[in-house]
Amino acid sequence: MKGNKSYKRYRIRPFDVCNVLILGAFALLCMYPFYYLIIYSLSNSTQAARQDIWLFPAGFTVENYKVLFRKADILLAAFVSASRAVSGTLITICCSSFFAYLLTKKELIGRKIFYRMLVITMYLNAGIIPYFIVMKAYGLKNNYLLYILPSAVVAFYVILIKTYIEGIPAELEEAARMDGAGYFTVFTKIIFPVCVPVLATVAVFSAVNQWNSWQDNFYLVRDRNLKTLQLLLLEYLQSMDSTLINDINTAAARANRTSALSMKACISVITMIPIMLVYPFFQKFFVKGILVGSVKG
Amino acid sequence: MDALQKRGGRRKLKKSEVRLLLMALPFVLFIIVFYYAQLFGWLYAFMDYKAGKAVWEQTFVGLENFKKLFAHGSRFIAAFRNSMIFGVLGILTAPLPAVFAIFLSEIRNSKIKRTIQTMSSFPNFISWILVFSICFMFFSSQGQINQILVRAGILKESANLLSNADAAYIFQMLLGVWKSIGWSAIIYMSAIAGIDPELYDAADVDGANRFQKMLYITLQGILPTFFVLLVLNVSSIANAGFDQFYVFYNPMVSEQLEVLSTYAYRIGLGNGEISFATAIGMSQSIVSIVLLFTVNKLAKKLTGNSVI
Repeated sequence: MKGNKSYKRYRIRPFDVCNVLILGAFALLCMYPFYYLIIYSLSNSTQAARQDIWLFPAGFTVENYKVLFRKADILLAAFVSASRAVSGTLITICCSSFFAYLLTKKELIGRKIFYRMLVITMYLNAGIIPYFIVMKAYGLKNNYLLYILPSAVVAFYVILIKTYIEGIPAELEEAARMDGAGYFTVFTKIIFPVCVPVLATVAVFSAVNQWNSWQDNFYLVRDRNLKTLQLLLLEYLQSMDSTLINDINTAAARANRTSALSMKACISVITMIPIMLVYPFFQKFFVKGILVGSVKG
Repeated sequence: MDALQKRGGRRKLKKSEVRLLLMALPFVLFIIVFYYAQLFGWLYAFMDYKAGKAVWEQTFVGLENFKKLFAHGSRFIAAFRNSMIFGVLGILTAPLPAVFAIFLSEIRNSKIKRTIQTMSSFPNFISWILVFSICFMFFSSQGQINQILVRAGILKESANLLSNADAAYIFQMLLGVWKSIGWSAIIYMSAIAGIDPELYDAADVDGANRFQKMLYITLQGILPTFFVLLVLNVSSIANAGFDQFYVFYNPMVSEQLEVLSTYAYRIGLGNGEISFATAIGMSQSIVSIVLLFTVNKLAKKLTGNSVI
């Protein structure tokens, strides 16, 4: 700090104070609702219904979660969502990065056309019915593969990775090619390890997307064992309070140990926690600007 | 040069080129199978689809389904209108992330700046279902805000904002802004970081004050980025997202929140009118494509650069 002259010269003015206060208030407005969900879910449901909750839970208790977890479908849905986030991301990383690598090869015949075709998919939206019919025709209805297969090649990720690979010095690869290594070997041994920063970005994006996805589930999967946590949350939110309470655990509800609203808060928190856990990783990308550079290019 | 390339086209393919092509083809095939194949689904829009029959056994009805869109009693016009309203509201709020970024970049303390940026970007990464859950906790009749207002005697009885038709457009617009402003600002932040610092020094020498610098240097610096994004925004004006409007939909606000994508869902998968629903989806895509090319051409004329 000391060496920075502009800092020394700088005086804090009323504008700075107002600016920080207003933007800070907005930042709080962005985070507080999530915090509120957490403290509500940890509040005694009867007290929560009667008094205002601001900063701390009213009558701290984990009873709501206990009641909720007695239902098997929460754990199963959380497992389905987590599993699709992991396996879907792996598939996306492997396929999208290799395709991106191939697209950087000038000697690839039809490269420009393939790339155009890929970019157009970002703007292509046939609509829900064609999507439904095509996926059904491929036998992906009520099939776990529906969650992870269609996102194997995602245009946005391919472009990100391709731009990154193009920034790698060509000598790195040429040396290996001279030694007679094939494209695939060069990719796995040299390109892939160098691409780790951009692949990490894509992985976080893909995992968050997978975790948040529910429309595929909603349109095409009726199998209760394949229900995602997001869709389960939606069903909880849309169900009538009385049905929800009956459904959950009549005894616990009757004893006023929990309420429908508390249940909704709990399952929301469970849906939100994984995003909160991976979110700090985004912070790095803000600074690095990996994303922005490639969006421009 | 041209002659060389031509000869190159006729020469025998090298072994490595063939291998490369063979490796790329599965991915190209994948794109065709999972993306482009869906376009064949548009054929259903010209049929009177009956379940249980093969595609070639369906009867062709020409543009009948498209005429039905505008028939009396069809809700298509309303859904189209709502999609456009949300699209236009999206365009109108498009400068907000840029403004947010300009003011954010005025914060000198980088720690405070980064904290605000990180916090305000968070809502972008959660699903609309969770956003709905939060709104339910705060704004529904049993929600926190209602309880406070009722207890304080400001409201006689609780009002449910989620089923308030008068506020529906504005409410959904504000939710969209809240969810996306922080994240959208990031691209502007990097555009601002790319502005030549000497410009600011020169402005200092000329005696420019802070607001003049914000206006004439920072704002000018991010305008190109803004216009690129605006073009992309305009082209997706009819693409009001399914998830937001599906989760917030309820009978009280059905007149406002029914957009083309939710309407196509309800007609197609809800009522089973596959052909009619395909026509709805198709009309939405056509509007988008026409807009994209029009705006792109316009941008080319104005700036000399095409966006896509």
